[in-house]
Amino acid sequence: MNSDRLSSGLEKKRLGMVVSGSLTDGVEVRLDSDVSTEEVKVGTFVNLQGEKLRFFGVVTDVTLASTDPAMRLTPPDVSNPFIASVVSGTAAYGTIAVEPSLALRIDSFEALDGPQPAKTVPPHFSEASLASEEDIQLIFGSEDERHFWIGNPLDMETKLCLDIHELVKRSNGVFGKSGTGKTFLTRLLLIGILQSGAATNLVFDMESEYGWKGYVEGAAEVKGLKQLFSSKVAVFSLDEESSKRRGLTPDYVVRIGLDEIEPEDVQVLGSMWDLSDIAIEAAFSLERHFGARRWLSEFLDLKGREAIQEVAGAVGVPQGTLNALHNRLTRLKRFDFIDEGSGHDSVGQILSYLDRGIHVVLEFGRYGSDLAAYILVANLLTRRIYERYQRMTERAMGEQGQEPRPLVITVEEAHKFLTPGIADKTIFGTIAREMRKYNVTLLIVDQRPSGIDDEVMSQLGTKITCLLDNDRDTDAVLSGVSGSRKMRSVVSRLDSKQQALIFGHAVPMPVVVRVRDYGTPESYRELGFMEAAELKAQVQRDTDDLFGPAAR
Amino acid sequence: MQITPQPQDKKRFGEVIEASTTGFKAQCYELYEAPPLGSLVRTGDESAVYGIVHEVATSSMDPGRHPIARGRDEETEEAVYASNPQLSRLLVTEASLVVVGHRSAGEILRHLPPLPPRIHSFVHRCAGEELREFAGSLELLLATLLASPVIVAPDDVVAAFLREASSSHPDPQQYLLDAGRELARTLSNDVRRLNNVLRRLSP
Repeated sequence: MNSDRLSSGLEKKRLGMVVSGSLTDGVEVRLDSDVSTEEVKVGTFVNLQGEKLRFFGVVTDVTLASTDPAMRLTPPDVSNPFIASVVSGTAAYGTIAVEPSLALRIDSFEALDGPQPAKTVPPHFSEASLASEEDIQLIFGSEDERHFWIGNPLDMETKLCLDIHELVKRSNGVFGKSGTGKTFLTRLLLIGILQSGAATNLVFDMESEYGWKGYVEGAAEVKGLKQLFSSKVAVFSLDEESSKRRGLTPDYVVRIGLDEIEPEDVQVLGSMWDLSDIAIEAAFSLERHFGARRWLSEFLDLKGREAIQEVAGAVGVPQGTLNALHNRLTRLKRFDFIDEGSGHDSVGQILSYLDRGIHVVLEFGRYGSDLAAYILVANLLTRRIYERYQRMTERAMGEQGQEPRPLVITVEEAHKFLTPGIADKTIFGTIAREMRKYNVTLLIVDQRPSGIDDEVMSQLGTKITCLLDNDRDTDAVLSGVSGSRKMRSVVSRLDSKQQALIFGHAVPMPVVVRVRDYGTPESYRELGFMEAAELKAQVQRDTDDLFGPAAR
Repeated sequence: MQITPQPQDKKRFGEVIEASTTGFKAQCYELYEAPPLGSLVRTGDESAVYGIVHEVATSSMDPGRHPIARGRDEETEEAVYASNPQLSRLLVTEASLVVVGHRSAGEILRHLPPLPPRIHSFVHRCAGEELREFAGSLELLLATLLASPVIVAPDDVVAAFLREASSSHPDPQQYLLDAGRELARTLSNDVRRLNNVLRRLSP
């Protein structure tokens, strides 16, 4: 099989030959005289044919060069078409820089191991050619239950697939400037995870775009997960009215009791609410003073300066600090989803759905525009869920129970949870660092990756980045990637729509994709969705197949 | 080696009168009947030596006797020669050739022969199949021509040779384009000279 693929691989479009290079800097390929630099783009997938190895890499730079430096001062007479056609490609030529990422042994027996990370470079004068469709399939796999079609390589029709099982083993990140298609891409990833069954999703859906329906700029609305996979997805809502307005009856309306809020939750809100470290420490002192679960309601019940002064004396915190804390925490009462009642079991509800393998999308409705509400709820719920998963996993290790299904938690605006100051304190920081020990991983969606703690960024398994043009953001995303300097030019030149660079565990090598379409009836069909009429016809066919037409 | 004289051979135009391994000089049988600049010529048959015309000169046969102006009373230039029939015996046309290859065991080798052609070897002008065969590979040929110390105007010789060679080719345009690219490789470090040759070559 492999030898067939190899021989067919020889007939592809030749670009030129390797003339110099190194493993650290990538190789330089001189383009043939009949190949114009206009035909080769940054991010194009290239195959380098060595004697014993085939290398695969992407174009990271395109350069114009000339054999004689004097050409810049006295260019040849290109007004003469003959001279122009002779000189271009010979004395004046193009080169491309290729970053070899993978190597495959040509020997068909050893090629069975599949492509391995490149540890050397192809020899001088190796032929460089555009990678063929077979190459892409050989490297990225074909679409099946393990591999999810995420898009197409640049200028190619081949389906480029992600290994979803590898993806969910670690925390991942989707980055890109606002409006570059992060939501679009995340929705596809969620569908990929859902279809593969590799994990269950819990989505903290800030803008209410994943559950029922979302919007594409300049186009009509697109179907959310619930519409496509209604039996596998449950939509929870913080804001029932908003959900209903959008034509959805949520499966569960989330309520949070004051007794569920812990000082750690206050800590996460610290920077947003301008709380000093002392004020945050005071929250912990209050918990010790009033007792767990009761501390917040009792503290908020304090009326008047005297009452607060008394408590300040008792817990040993300056009164001004405590006043400020009281003032800020009173804001919590403005959130309708928080009430004084106890015994809410939103976490239990979420977990019961997740245990059954049903994916949960939590819509924030109008609270989506309030970052504090988002952070508070996401942090609070995730902490509880993580504790539950931790217990279940530890019990499974002690062989007293089953391991919980792997869980992927999607959070947006992740830099608010994972800034260097608080990343080590929030539950999201813990999950990102401890990885899959307890079967919980994160899918971070963010437009400001430079705001995320380095340690968390370095632990992300797969990163998918749309266009980023801020240098610090690009650096943050590419930190720790071999050849990151080269990749920068790729990231900053992605199209602002539907293009992304994917690298990390879920793909064997970094690759630029044109993300597959989503939102057209055809795209829904490709995802296995059938309109009601089609579904009815299918049921009819199945019935006929089973019982014969007479059974109608 | 037996060389049969072939006076009826139209391509034979003269004999070697001076020879070395890198170049030779051929005297033409007829006054002004030299092959043009850039022509490919051959001496001998089996172990042929190939040369390219890089200079054609006509002068007095006797270095001591200079030609003098004779046409004051004549109407046309032709009439000068008609009135002075001795001229065609006193003047001689010579072609200077640079050696660019030879044939050994039936195969064309585009580098210097082990020995120069003998004096009085017959010299033929190559055309058709022979020219096409020799001009099929240009790499060494161009390097030799462009670097030769004896050629006074190598760029013109190269351009003239390539134009002549292209006419023997089924697709002259494509041949010139390929030749131009070969030139660009040979002259990769001297774009100004490349430009000069290409302008001469440009159709």
